[in-house]
Amino acid sequence: MEETAILDALKERFPKGVVEASVPLGDATVVIRRDALLAIIPFLKEKPYEFAVLLDLTCVDYPERAERFEMVYHLFSLVTNKRLRIKLSVPESAAVVDSLVRFWKNADWLEREVFDMFGVRFAGHPNLRRLFMNDDFEGHPLRKDYPLRKRQPMIQLRK
Amino acid sequence: MQGNFITTRLNAMLGWGRKYSLFHYPYVTACCGMEYMSAACAHFDIDRFGAGWTRFSPRQSDLLLVIGTISQKQAPVLRTVYDQMTEPKWVIAFGACAVSGGIYDNYAVVQGVDQVIPVDIFIPGCPPRPEMVLDGLLKLQDKIQKTKQDWRWKKQQS
Repeated sequence: MEETAILDALKERFPKGVVEASVPLGDATVVIRRDALLAIIPFLKEKPYEFAVLLDLTCVDYPERAERFEMVYHLFSLVTNKRLRIKLSVPESAAVVDSLVRFWKNADWLEREVFDMFGVRFAGHPNLRRLFMNDDFEGHPLRKDYPLRKRQPMIQLRK
Repeated sequence: MQGNFITTRLNAMLGWGRKYSLFHYPYVTACCGMEYMSAACAHFDIDRFGAGWTRFSPRQSDLLLVIGTISQKQAPVLRTVYDQMTEPKWVIAFGACAVSGGIYDNYAVVQGVDQVIPVDIFIPGCPPRPEMVLDGLLKLQDKIQKTKQDWRWKKQQS
């Protein structure tokens, strides 16, 4: 199966959901609409593609864009030995994405990390708490507008 | 006059005793720990300088080696460890991260452990060579010998 085969199948099956499909540097990449995620994921998990592994789930902040956050999902299929990158953009005003915990258990902590670092919320997540920072940490440190030298010590520092 | 002579001699003797019997507690959080291991083990061997006893309990140690990056979440733990150590106690900040935060100038990392606990010797380097560790240890021993020793029983009398 060529890299483009999965992209063509996605475009045919979800003509409205797929915004853009390309193969930059040999990696199949598909940009989808935010509301199409829950329809596309089961399709990819089933035969013949069987993307059984969620390699990574992360987020990028582009402050200059109208929809500033971009979620990035990396899938891997053990059957076809193919990888697929899924991207979707999220606006700051409604920073909510559907949770993928019901499809992959490792999405649990990955989504908690994204919530901790970027403040993107996940609808349907069973336990959406901060993963790395302490619970009373204010703000989301990987947002580009978080001050670079802002510190939030947990105890009174000596100087 | 004679009393002063005894006092200074006792001070020197206490310093001599303390500098050659450092029980250290390695607070290892990062890659500098590998360099600490090579400094502590047979190739470089800090035991030659009387600091060979590694105690993995802060209550039994008097030298705290802060080795590696200290995050904001670890700062309370580090202060508790320091508070648990018995007097007299000394602290070495080992490596660039412990000295100043190193390359981690960000939201998560304490910018030098002297913001959390008092530090006697800073050993820079990323990581420092074992020779630098030995040099730092000798400088600490120098410092211990030169300080006015704390005698608890004498303080209580006066």
